Amino acid sequence: MLLTGNHAVAYAVMLARPAVVPVYPITPQTPILEKISDLQLAGEFEVDLMTAESEHSAMTACITASLTGARVFTATASQGLLLMHEMLHFASGARTPIVMMNVNRTVSSPWGFWPDQTDSLSQRDTGWIQYYTESAQESLDTVIQAYRVAEQVMLPTMVVHEAFYISHSLEPVIVPAQAAVDAYLPPFDPAIRLDPDIGRSWGNPVNQELYYRFREAVGGSMDTVPALAVEADAEYGRAFGRSYGIVERYRMEEAEIAIVAFGAMAGTARVAVDALRAAGVAAGLVKLRLFRPFPIEAMREAVTGVPKLVVIERNFSPGAGGILHQELKAALCGMDGLPKVHGYMAGVGGVNVSPKRIEELTREALAEEPVPQSVWRR
Amino acid sequence: MRTNYEIDEAGVFLSGHHACAGCGEALAVRYVINTMGSRTIAVVPPSCIAIIAGLQPNSSMHVPIVHGTLESSAAAAAGIKRALVSQGKDGVNVLVMAGDGGTYDIGFQALSGAAERNEDMVYVCMDNEGYMNTGAQKSGSTPHLASTASTPGGKLTGKKNIAEIMAAHRIPYVATATVGYPDDLARKVAKARDMKGMRFIVVLTPCIDGWGLPENAAVGISRLAVETGVFPLIEVEDGVRYTINHGSKGVPVERYFEGQKRFRHLSPEQIAQLQAEVDEGWSLLQSRVECGPTG
Repeated sequence: MLLTGNHAVAYAVMLARPAVVPVYPITPQTPILEKISDLQLAGEFEVDLMTAESEHSAMTACITASLTGARVFTATASQGLLLMHEMLHFASGARTPIVMMNVNRTVSSPWGFWPDQTDSLSQRDTGWIQYYTESAQESLDTVIQAYRVAEQVMLPTMVVHEAFYISHSLEPVIVPAQAAVDAYLPPFDPAIRLDPDIGRSWGNPVNQELYYRFREAVGGSMDTVPALAVEADAEYGRAFGRSYGIVERYRMEEAEIAIVAFGAMAGTARVAVDALRAAGVAAGLVKLRLFRPFPIEAMREAVTGVPKLVVIERNFSPGAGGILHQELKAALCGMDGLPKVHGYMAGVGGVNVSPKRIEELTREALAEEPVPQSVWRR
Repeated sequence: MRTNYEIDEAGVFLSGHHACAGCGEALAVRYVINTMGSRTIAVVPPSCIAIIAGLQPNSSMHVPIVHGTLESSAAAAAGIKRALVSQGKDGVNVLVMAGDGGTYDIGFQALSGAAERNEDMVYVCMDNEGYMNTGAQKSGSTPHLASTASTPGGKLTGKKNIAEIMAAHRIPYVATATVGYPDDLARKVAKARDMKGMRFIVVLTPCIDGWGLPENAAVGISRLAVETGVFPLIEVEDGVRYTINHGSKGVPVERYFEGQKRFRHLSPEQIAQLQAEVDEGWSLLQSRVECGPTG
């Protein structure tokens, strides 16, 4: 089918069979909500669609429906994600395997509607697994994989793609058969749930010792995610013929520099790498697909032997710089043969970063010594 | 000892909870949860109710409780009910027990949204007219001129009429109740329990500490709230059919104020002003009954 990224997500949601979908409209997420509504009206998707009065309530209802044993989904963007912030922490603490699509959009102020990853990256400490995708097909496939991983570790999972580049661009997308998805993703049927016959409660106040133990347990589960994500992706590949890994190496043979990117930027960087290789520059791409937990081992393995890395970013944390740049340096710190790492904040605010611009920035990084800070390069 | 009420209590609420001695709210929780019964899942936001419900691993109630966030109770209840329905468990009641801060103020958006969608729940607001769990600060429910920790000179504006606000959503059932009239309270909870859609009950629960009352005063002061016309006990069905169950007996409001430290600073002029406000509210309420169809 020819689908936009957002419509591809709606089909993935239908295939995953959530029972309850509380959602609130926000640009550029709304086509997901609208498509789910259309599929429900057409009788193709049997689901309880709750038209919440805010994203905060949508996330709250996701949490309690999940605690009651229902598979759930919601979608949001930008301000909506920020409004959910309190409940994002609550969701991971409550061990609810919610799957949410976030469509990256600039956060106010000033107002903007453009692709920028700062909305979801600023939620990195909320205890959610985060995937970033590069195409409509990858978004569809990742939503299905996300349910599998989330329900294995009982942690909420955010799948993220960027406004317009992915959300509203039409691409040929293969929509898997329902029976195949059912075989891949068993029904959600947790033994512990809110039920008078079970008699368990959730969330009453705890002492310091218990709180520590709850957080430690969340951390322990997070630590298992990279291996489970690799396994879920590999099995998806066997069932559907498409897999992505959690860290992908593209044209990395004897690379003297690797571009490190995630989301739609990775797609643009592929084109730049092809051009650089054609021009005789030994450049490759390392694409990060799983951002939380940060796959430290896989990333170290992917860049081993590469003398230089250049991170091209579409996000910004004031006072810290490009967020992937900072996260990458922290992940590599102390490794043998530590690569030099350049960080360019090129696409902040949705400023277009063309393949040619990535080529230029890669050549600049090759020619110069890196500074510790991320650098503005529009 | 004379018992002046008859309630069929399910034994869901247990003794040994953490409420202050003489707490009006603990009494209300007992009547509400024992009437709702054990086939119930409760949502409790941060409030005195959360303390009464218990600290992990203890619980004072024999039902599952979700301790949610302060502003989200109605949305939390909606999520539970929808999940239950998706599993074919329609028979389980979903109950919110929230304070007035979590209802009139920060929780109002979620409550109004749930009412607009006619979500299937019983929402009980335990109204002690302030943020009593955090040390008695003013809320949207605090009465005009009452002294609180954040309005020590007296609150300059009035109490929201939450029953009328909820009735304006045209939900199936709205009621007011208080612990001094336990039969009326339990009857209303039972009636709400056996209905469908959004049901809302606001229960006036005198606070020993926040109102400045002796430990044995909660029930008596709640009866005075009704008999003075400060807090009439009513039902509103489908937003239009008003019934007054217990109302003003013409007792002067001064009798209600004199036992409470929060009104101790009032001048005779201020008391006269508040009497006029109560009289106006009482006649407005009677006009609602007369205007609507009898019920």
